Amino acid sequence: MTLLHLASVTRTVLPPDQPALTILNGVDLDVEEDDRISVVGRSGSGKSTLLNLLGLLDTPTSGVLEFAGKPVKQYSSRERDRVRGREIGFVFQQFNLLPGRTALENVIMPLLYAEGRQFWRRRAIAAEMLEEVGLGHRLESLPDRLSGGEQQRVAIARSLVRGPRLILADEPTGALDLDTGQSVMELIDEVATRTRAALVVITHDPAIAERSRDHYRLDHGVLTRAEAS
Amino acid sequence: MTRLLTGLLGAVLEAWQELRIHRTRVLLSLIGVAVAVASLTTVVALGGILQQTTAEQSERQSGRPATLYVSAYGADGGQVDAEALQSAWVETVARYGIDYASRVVNAGVAVDSPNGVLSVGTQAVDQPYGEMHRVRISEGSWFTPVDAEQLAPRVIVNSVFWERLGRPALDGHPLLSLGGHGGTGATTAVIVGVYPSAEWETEPAMFMLADQLAAFQQADAGAGAAVDPFAGSSVQYELWVPTGDWEALAAAVKRDLAAAVGDGATVDVMRQDAAQYGDDPFLVTQMIVGGIALLVLLLGALGLVNIALVTVKQRVREIGIRRSFGATAGRVFFAVMMESVVATVAAGAVGVAAAILVVQSPMVHDLVGQGLVTDFPPFPVDAAVLGLVAASAVGALAGILPALVAVRVKVIDAIRY
Repeated sequence: MTLLHLASVTRTVLPPDQPALTILNGVDLDVEEDDRISVVGRSGSGKSTLLNLLGLLDTPTSGVLEFAGKPVKQYSSRERDRVRGREIGFVFQQFNLLPGRTALENVIMPLLYAEGRQFWRRRAIAAEMLEEVGLGHRLESLPDRLSGGEQQRVAIARSLVRGPRLILADEPTGALDLDTGQSVMELIDEVATRTRAALVVITHDPAIAERSRDHYRLDHGVLTRAEAS
Repeated sequence: MTRLLTGLLGAVLEAWQELRIHRTRVLLSLIGVAVAVASLTTVVALGGILQQTTAEQSERQSGRPATLYVSAYGADGGQVDAEALQSAWVETVARYGIDYASRVVNAGVAVDSPNGVLSVGTQAVDQPYGEMHRVRISEGSWFTPVDAEQLAPRVIVNSVFWERLGRPALDGHPLLSLGGHGGTGATTAVIVGVYPSAEWETEPAMFMLADQLAAFQQADAGAGAAVDPFAGSSVQYELWVPTGDWEALAAAVKRDLAAAVGDGATVDVMRQDAAQYGDDPFLVTQMIVGGIALLVLLLGALGLVNIALVTVKQRVREIGIRRSFGATAGRVFFAVMMESVVATVAAGAVGVAAAILVVQSPMVHDLVGQGLVTDFPPFPVDAAVLGLVAASAVGALAGILPALVAVRVKVIDAIRY
């Protein structure tokens, strides 16, 4: 099933007193269930904007963007937020754990926006998720007491705790050393495979991009398919 | 419905977590709010208690609503026939089924005491007077209907008098010798109760039943010596009637009494209780102090807005993260506002608790009540509710600006940079 469908997607911004600036130009991309996609690009190539669109945080200026077969423009802003919370999990470069909250509270956070069983059983679900990423013994640790690798594991547990169908990883190993980065990527791969979630990794690290099955390159707003090296 | 419930609960949980993490900052910013709520609640509560105190005091003076004073005078402005007036009074009270009616006679009665003969200011009344004027009894009890039938007069003395008599135990039926000035009708009265003296009262005083005073006065003056049963003291007549139809009743009593006394007599029936004016003497003070408390509350709110705005700017990344995990703009707005509301409600609760401690303290009771309030009212619920509502309102107002800033956060920019 096609989760994301982008056809001729363009995103333009209007800087004050300047002509329109095209950030993304004619982007075509399909993300299927269980896909492993990497997008490589330099700074300023439009990676953030692409991430905004893929994560339903923004809508295209022109072209078609569909999530699960429905054009994103047909969703209200609130619906997009709800779909994002339910279907998409983010893993960030800087982990972005909430300071002052324990590992468990960080993983509980997305469940506060859920309903039904996920909301009422949030503590047990979050603890189970942390157990799965090997941090069952660090539930009550604050982020500043965790190593970089552990912090990223908490972030992975947080992004997967609602069982998303799409995982968007934005430079997930950018702040980690080589070995830790590899083990974190293995963990993401493993969990994505187990949950049959699609994984889109945006990175500038060829070694990380290598792990994916489909490779794309973003250059000056143009997305092209690239062969694995 | 479920979505609403989980949304609301989730927002409160988020807000609480945020407050827990930043408790020092929050505590400092909330001191002003707590103080303002405490003063606002105290002012309103004290206002209520002062009102009750004033009402009780004025009821003791001029009767409970509606108390009618009846007076009669002859065609030439002189006295009317006392006996005719008395029988007309009895008939009229019975005709209209008025349960609370009393004569009031002020007289000086000579009393033998351990310190010699005293002239004791005596208020002679009928039995219902105690209820009509909320007479507070500290020892023993007010006159009962049976007391009126006793041959030995019953008296209720004030605490100054009781002290001077050596605080005799009332269950021993202490006696008082009346008419100690050498009159012929010296008699022995029984003390059945003690009422507290006001702080400014230093002299002995007492209550007696009007009929017993009349009998004693007549006997004291000697058989056939005086026709006036109250020995020249003026008699006042009082009625306590329902406030709803007092005017109609007053007109009927006036008409009936005038007709019964006859001989061109004029009868006046006037309402005398303080409640008829409907003024609250403490309203202005209460409004001024309440206004100041409101200003303090607003200043507290401004401080809160200031801190919340700075904090929200520092929390842009956190808000971006929450948005990326499914928090809607509405949810972020509500959660940020709830932080302010949860905090101020907590501060409000502390403020209200402090106000209750202050207002219910024995020291404040003594200060406000001056020892004269029988039914010291409990802490007014409306004052507590007002305090909490004011705190919540301030929280909501102070939360709106930071909440608006929070929903304008650009998610990915907030996260990546």
